[in-house]
Amino acid sequence: MTEKATIVVHSGDMDKLYSALIIATGALSMGMEASLYFTFWGLERLVTGKLEKGALSSMNLLGLGKWMVRRRMKAANVASLERLLQDFKELGGKIIACEMTMQIMGIRQEDLRQDLIDEYGAVGTYVQEARESSITLFI
Amino acid sequence: MADIKVDVRGETCPVPLVETRKALRKASPGDTVEIIGTHPASKKEIPMALKALGLKLVDIQEEEDVWTIKVGT
Repeated sequence: MTEKATIVVHSGDMDKLYSALIIATGALSMGMEASLYFTFWGLERLVTGKLEKGALSSMNLLGLGKWMVRRRMKAANVASLERLLQDFKELGGKIIACEMTMQIMGIRQEDLRQDLIDEYGAVGTYVQEARESSITLFI
Repeated sequence: MADIKVDVRGETCPVPLVETRKALRKASPGDTVEIIGTHPASKKEIPMALKALGLKLVDIQEEEDVWTIKVGT
């Protein structure tokens, strides 16, 4: 059986989304399967047009910190979140959207980036993915 | 048998690794994939990925911070 990485993306912070996507695309690149389970603030980033809208998890300074970090990321030629998501999908990664979060936050399927989402699920879907995974993280 | 080139000079984590994997997935058996890059960690990590994928590292060279990795498929 192929090894697998399953990551819960709970945070909608820009830097944490980077961590999740870099680990996930890295796992796929090294021959593993990967699933991302988007919930709470993480799921909000999959609402159309909101991918890059997350704050910095620390030192955001009302957006000034984020602006500075983004500038340095640009100088270092860091890939955009959109590109990482496209690479994740191209390499066969799976994206699951949390249905309960959708209910709580009033997010409808048509509000979400349906081009990216493979499945809508609940805790059972996560547990089933995680029990088959050698790496599981909560970000 | 084709010779596929992947130029990731100036790219940083995780792009060299990801672009390598994308090229390897598209390659046909017998093709050679040559990756050229500058990101230091990827020079170590691409061979780790190749090992995990069961692919053959044909050659690895470095000259003035630019490395070249050749892979057989």
